[in-house]
Parts: sequence; C-alpha cells; structure tokens
Amino acid sequence: MQSPTVMDAEEEDEVLQVLEVCETIEEIREVIVTTIEEDSHNSPPVASSGTGTKPSQDDNWGETTTAVTGTSEHSLSQEDIVRITKDLEDSVGLDCRRYFTLTLAVILGLLVFLTPLAFLVLPYILWPEKLQTCGTACEGLFISVAFKLLILLLAVWALFFRSPRAGLPRVFVFRALLAVLVLLFVMSYWLFYGVRILDTQDENYQGIVQYAVSLVDALLFIHYLAIVLLELRQLQPCFSVSVMRSTDGEKRHYNLGQLSIQRAALAILEHYYCDFPVHNPALLSASKSRAAKHLAGLKVYNVDGEFPASPADGPGNNAAAGMAHSQSRAMIAAAARRRDTSHNELYYEEAEHERRVRKRKARLVVAVEEAFTHIKRMQEEDQKKTPGDVMDPREAAQAIFPSMARALQKYLRTTKQQHCHSMESIQQHLAFCITNNMTPKAFLESYLSAGPTLQYSRNHWLARQWTLISEASVTSGLSDGSIFQLKCVDFSLVVTTKKIPYIQMSEEYIDPKSHKFVLRLQSETSV
Amino acid sequence: MDLTYLFPVEQQRIEIKKLRQGENLILGFSIGGGIDQDPGQNPFSDDKADKGIYVTRITPGGPADAANLRMGDKIMQVNGYDMTMMTHDQARKRLTQKKEDVVRLLVTRKSLEEAVKTSMGGCYPRQ
Repeated sequence: MQSPTVMDAEEEDEVLQVLEVCETIEEIREVIVTTIEEDSHNSPPVASSGTGTKPSQDDNWGETTTAVTGTSEHSLSQEDIVRITKDLEDSVGLDCRRYFTLTLAVILGLLVFLTPLAFLVLPYILWPEKLQTCGTACEGLFISVAFKLLILLLAVWALFFRSPRAGLPRVFVFRALLAVLVLLFVMSYWLFYGVRILDTQDENYQGIVQYAVSLVDALLFIHYLAIVLLELRQLQPCFSVSVMRSTDGEKRHYNLGQLSIQRAALAILEHYYCDFPVHNPALLSASKSRAAKHLAGLKVYNVDGEFPASPADGPGNNAAAGMAHSQSRAMIAAAARRRDTSHNELYYEEAEHERRVRKRKARLVVAVEEAFTHIKRMQEEDQKKTPGDVMDPREAAQAIFPSMARALQKYLRTTKQQHCHSMESIQQHLAFCITNNMTPKAFLESYLSAGPTLQYSRNHWLARQWTLISEASVTSGLSDGSIFQLKCVDFSLVVTTKKIPYIQMSEEYIDPKSHKFVLRLQSETSV
Repeated sequence: MDLTYLFPVEQQRIEIKKLRQGENLILGFSIGGGIDQDPGQNPFSDDKADKGIYVTRITPGGPADAANLRMGDKIMQVNGYDMTMMTHDQARKRLTQKKEDVVRLLVTRKSLEEAVKTSMGGCYPRQ
C-alpha cells in the first residue's frame, strides 16, 4: 500500500525553518516560523531545522542549517510548534480571570438565594416567643415564596449557567452592571431588615414574610431586565458589517444588532468559521513571487553623490532623506517606462493551470467512479454465499482507496490543497460516504472546492488566539463607520460597519373596486 | 383645449357631391377620431388631447379629392351640424345620410407654409 509515501508527502511539502529561537532554560519564549512550500515530491528535503528544545545553542548552527540530510533528529514539524504554543498558553494564568469571575458569580448567587430564606428564618431563631403565630394568609405566602424561588433558580440557570463560548478581552459591561445592581439591591434590603426588623424585633411575622416575598418579586423583575439587556436588545438588526479577509479578499456581509465591539467581534468570528472558505496560504505564493520580481527588477546606484556617514539628526539627515526620496521616485518612473511583459506570462500561466486542473479532475472523477463500482452493500442472500469477505465500512474504504489514491493526490497537489487533507481524513471521509450510500460525486465534492474552516481538522485550522485591534474602546457600542481588525497568526479580518438606514414608510389605500380597464379605440371608417 | 390659436390655420368650406356606387353614396375619404376614441393615436392633430374628427385618408380620384379635401383636415361642421363633440359612430352617421346628396364641410387645416416648415424639421412659428 502506498500509505508510507503518502504520509511522508505531508512533511516533505511543509519543511519548516526555525529562524530565531530565544530560549530560557525551560520555556520557549518566542518562535518565528516561516514555511517553505515544496512542489516536487521526489526531491529530498532541503533544510533541516535547528535546535528546538536543547538549552544551549550549537556553535555551528549557522553553517549546518542548509545541510542536505534525510530526517534530522531535531526536526520540528508544524504539529510540534502548535503543541508548544498550546502548552505555553495553558501554563500562563489566563484561567485565573475566568475562575475569579466564576467565584464572584457563585457568591452572588448564593447571597441572592439565601437572603429570603434568612429573612424568614432569623425571627424564629432570634425572638421566637414574641412572634405572632403565622395564620393562613401568611402560610399561603410561604408557598408563593417557595415557587418564586424555584422559578428564579430555573431562570438563572437557563440564562447564566451556560458554558462560555469565548474569552473576551474586556469585562462584559452589562453583566457587570447587573451584578452591581443586584448587589446594591440585596444590600439595601439587608440594611432595611437589619435596622427596622432585627433591631426592633418586630412581632408582625406576616409583615416579615411579605417583605421577603417583595424581595423575591423584585429579583424576578431584575432577571427580566437581565434578559432584555443581555439577549433581546441585540436581536433586532441595526448594522450591516462587511468582513474582508486580508490575504485573499474574501468578503461576507452580516447583520448585527446593537452590540459592543467585542461581542460583535465574537459573533463575526463564529460566522467566519462557518462561512469563509479555509485560508490556504499556498494559493498566495504566486502573487508574492510576482511582487518579488517587480522589486528585483531595478537597482539604484548612486554614482556621484556621497552617502552621509550616519543617519544622525541635523542637516545631514535632510540630505539622506532627500536622496532616498529621489531614489524611490526614480525607481517608480523607471518601472512605469519599462516594457513589462509579466501580464503576458500571468495570462498564459493561468490558462495552462486551468487546463491542467481540468485534466486532472477528469482523471480523478473517472478513477473514483470506477473505485465505487468495486463494492456494494451486502444483501441478505449474499451473506449465505461468501461469509468470509464481509467488510465493515472502514475496511471497505481501505480496500478501494488505493485505486483512486494516486489520482486524488495529483489533483490535490495541482490545486494546492494537499496539506488540508491527510490520508487518514480521506479514508475516514470515504468510509463515511460508503456508510451513507453516497455517490462518487458526493464523495468528491469536499475535495473539489474549499469548504469552511470548521470542516477541516481542528488542530490545523482553528486559530488558538485572535487579537482585536480597534481604535475605539472595545466595550463601546458599534456605530456607523467603525472599523476594527481581528488578527490571527496568518491573516487578519477587517470589519467595517454601516448603519441600516431609517425607513419612513407611508401608506396609500387602493379601493379594490377601482381596478377598471377600457380598450384603446382607434377606428377609421370610410364614408 | 383647442390650441389652434398657436398655429396659423385655415378654415375652408368644402362642398362634396356624393357619388353613387351601387346602393351606396360614398364621399371618398376616411375619418378617424371622436370623443370615444383614444386621441393620442391621432397622427394629424397637434394637440394630442384633441378628440375631433380628422380626415385620415382620401381616395384618389374620388369626390372628396375633387373637392380639394386634404388628409389631416379636421372636420368642424357638416351641413351646419357641429362635429367637434361627436362620437365616431355619430360622425359617420352624419356624413352618410342617405337623404343628402351634398355635404358642406367646414374644415380647418394647417396652412401650407406651416406644413412645409414642420415637415422640414419642426420649429415653432414666430408670433
């Protein structure tokens, strides 16, 4: 089987070169990584990578970086880098902020639930003999308190006890405000209780029970306020945001309600993972090489002037700046006059690539269709005939995979998607399609076009950390014309907001009987 | 609204003797227009809201041709009866009375000079 060679292809294609590693004894502080794309899978890997985890740097590191070897013992692949950064983040105390807010919330919740019970129980503990007996109305109020507390418990569980979707940079303003409001509210009730009831040792127990009931009612109303502020207010769409990816210009538009910038960013990221096709850095290499060619085309030599000794401040600096200005202007003018034929090359290259892709796709489709004809679902009567050849979906997939593996691999290389799909994932997908009675076309669809990021394996394509870059404060609300960026390691998403306009509508009444028609007459009669 | 005051128009009195053809008395022209018709389709009227009766065709060599009736003339009166507020059918009946041998028409037409000017590229006349 071809599995070992196909497995190695992944590593051959992405060979990392670790440029700079600043190390302490035990931790890795900063890793700058570039990936070098390797097109021909037959040549041996070119670069070996340097020291990842050794505490001291090798003296000959500079000279041996480009040695041609097989696999060196200290090579790092991308999975290792990702794992190292994951460990780094987990060890730093990002969790303690989450635990802090969790403990605060638990304390507040306990305070809120135990307060009415305390109001009811304390008189019995402190001055039982002076208390009036609890009559019928008073005992009815006990039931009311019990059920309202139960409803409040369920409501708070439904609204607040959900697993957090994300960690946002700043505190969630509305939640903080609500927590402060609840705290103040309960504190003021305790204050009143302490002064007017505990100190004077009031005997009217029904009044005390009614006081506790009013507290629970008010808490239910505060919960209603929480629902409106946290959930309902942003449902109505107010802004249309356009999200554009910086590397390839993929653009989508979403409607959002009145949200703070950080919550809007969270909503946009969740949409990003579902809607945007996966970011494929291999597709950008062509334009980068063209840009490099443009830059490398011209060189400026200063023939008769002198470079100033150092770029110090003073009059010398002006001369240097002036020279730099004139150099760049000369370059632009020369580039404009040069007869550039790179557009020609681009056109023919793209036509050729298109043709190649279509040819490989045709071969792939034929190979897959043929492979699918080799297996069929087992019927009852077949079971009696050949009991030995029965396979489960995974084995069936492994049986037919070799006949299409080569065509699929070539197609993925031509469309530069080969690092998105590992052999294991392809076989899994094949087993899945066989189990669900899919046609070969349905199996191929996920390889012919790039799907959303969620479709691919989580380790590779879900960015661990996003940074929100914004000129306005991230807890301020969205407004018309606000622009912010969401940056991850490979690219950034630029978000612009536009307000949905205010629409003034008027009505016009049409009587249903007013729809009448006549024929247009133009007759000509001869007399 | 009658816009004839804007353009020089001639009023002509035309007398047509009806010709007997078999059982019928014919005049040799065709009319179009009427208050029950669509005035926008009238190619001869200047004001496209004019619902008057217009001469749309003249049979060459017929009695109307001999009497100098022209295509595009608007028929204002027939034998003293006003034709400006008539339906198409009423106008036809008035022209084809079997008892009358002669019809005397009062027609308006745009003057020749004006007709030449407009046919050569449409400019408004100087007052």
